[in-house]
Amino acid sequence: MTTTTPRVWRRPPILIQDKRWRIAIYGGLVLYLIAAMASIEVDWVRVYTGLERGWRFVQGFLQPDFTSRWSDISQGLVESLTMTVTSTVVGVIISIPIGIGAARNLAPLPVYAVCRAIIALSRALQEIIIAILFVAMFGFGPFAGFLTLSFATIGFLAKLLAEDIEDIDARQVEAVRATGASWWQLVNYGVQPQVMPRLIGLSLYRLDINFRESAVIGIVGAGGIGATLNTAIDRYEFDSAGAILLIIIAIVMVAEYGSSTVRKWVQ
Amino acid sequence: MLTIEGLTKTYKTGDKALKNVSVSVPSGQVVGLIGPSGAGKSTLIRCINRLVEPTSGAVKMGDSDITRLSRSELRRARRRIGMIFQEYALVERLTVMENVLSGRLGYVPFWRSFTRRFPQESVDKAFALLERVGLGDHADKRADALSGGQRQRVGIARALEQDPELLLVDEPTASLDPKTSRQIMRLILEICRERGLPAIINIHDVVLAQDFTQRILGLRAGELVFDGAPDALDEAALTRIYGEEDWTAMRRRSGDEEPEHHSEREMVERLEGLA
Repeated sequence: MTTTTPRVWRRPPILIQDKRWRIAIYGGLVLYLIAAMASIEVDWVRVYTGLERGWRFVQGFLQPDFTSRWSDISQGLVESLTMTVTSTVVGVIISIPIGIGAARNLAPLPVYAVCRAIIALSRALQEIIIAILFVAMFGFGPFAGFLTLSFATIGFLAKLLAEDIEDIDARQVEAVRATGASWWQLVNYGVQPQVMPRLIGLSLYRLDINFRESAVIGIVGAGGIGATLNTAIDRYEFDSAGAILLIIIAIVMVAEYGSSTVRKWVQ
Repeated sequence: MLTIEGLTKTYKTGDKALKNVSVSVPSGQVVGLIGPSGAGKSTLIRCINRLVEPTSGAVKMGDSDITRLSRSELRRARRRIGMIFQEYALVERLTVMENVLSGRLGYVPFWRSFTRRFPQESVDKAFALLERVGLGDHADKRADALSGGQRQRVGIARALEQDPELLLVDEPTASLDPKTSRQIMRLILEICRERGLPAIINIHDVVLAQDFTQRILGLRAGELVFDGAPDALDEAALTRIYGEEDWTAMRRRSGDEEPEHHSEREMVERLEGLA
């Protein structure tokens, strides 16, 4: 038997074919990372003194005080929940037509462009920035928060709804069109049944997000439980702050569990 | 009577899907449309109800030229043309009944279809059609709970709910097993006979086409290269439609089943004589 040299096999490089470029680019990335890490200045003395304050915070958590500020907390909670529910409902109602308009397979080009622009605007502006703007325009309180969350919901929901509509099974739509259906009937019979479960799931998911965001935007003055939390921290009442955080965590978990159950059920 | 004159379709990409196709289908005739993949079969039947816009040519049903209709007139024309699809194309999350009733969408205003309050005669007709296709007990099931053969029966009922004057059938048996395929073809043929309904059936399976249709059109690269009786489809004709191939195996297989075919076709012809 004749021995032949075995044929060597290596997996061909996927991203960058040229070996020199590969070394240059990957090496450069590693160097940048090291330089960037080195440039972060850490004041270890400050960290040490801060530990004590952090520990008080943790102690507040361990001994949460629900009672002494309960009226403030309950008022903040009711405000937050109201803000969450109303902004989600209003946001969803506005998102549906915008989402349909932003689906290329349903909307003519000019409508598509306008709806996509609205979505892009809503997504480009972070909740906190919009909240600051609306607080400046409408004053402190939950109304600014309601507007902020509604606006943010539109960008989120309309975009995902539009993408879901663009992914539907075109044959089902074609079959409905072939019966002589009008545009509205086409949407009602060919599109809606295909996207409804996802629309319900996304709306519930957004309800979750809106509650969490309501706690955050409260800190910049848009009312709700976030404002109460901010006040407690400003007064160094870490036991009350701990109670508020625990309540927020509990509500988020309940909302998470509830919405995932409902989502499974509608599928 | 359906008349197609000089129908041409050139897609935006420059592909010529149909080149000057002219053919007419008298009322009550069931036509099989065969040809290799990409020959333009699908495009041809979709040009008839303008799911695909033809580039030029005319499609006449009775007196009106479908290619010249406005949008609302087109909707009226479409409701007279029933269509049965490859892989059923039912709206899967709707019930069987909603799918059948969607055949009335061209006849009812939006609020009726939105609230699912269809006129009583539409509902009666839908129930009768479900009985006719053997799905009387399944009205409230979701369409995706049915088997392939059952779904295609719903597709047939939906097309008939339109009270069509013409049936367009696109690969009705493409994803069905051989037995179910024959049952579905037989059902479509029976219904066409009962109602004197003309049909164009786009089909891959040459043997099925020969067994069940009265006339065969062969399409190759967008051109009509065969138009004749199922018996006239010999090896030369098959080669003209599909290209060079040894056809003897297929001919022999269809020959084996001869007795059954004959009775099938004879029955069709007998019933035609009666009509």
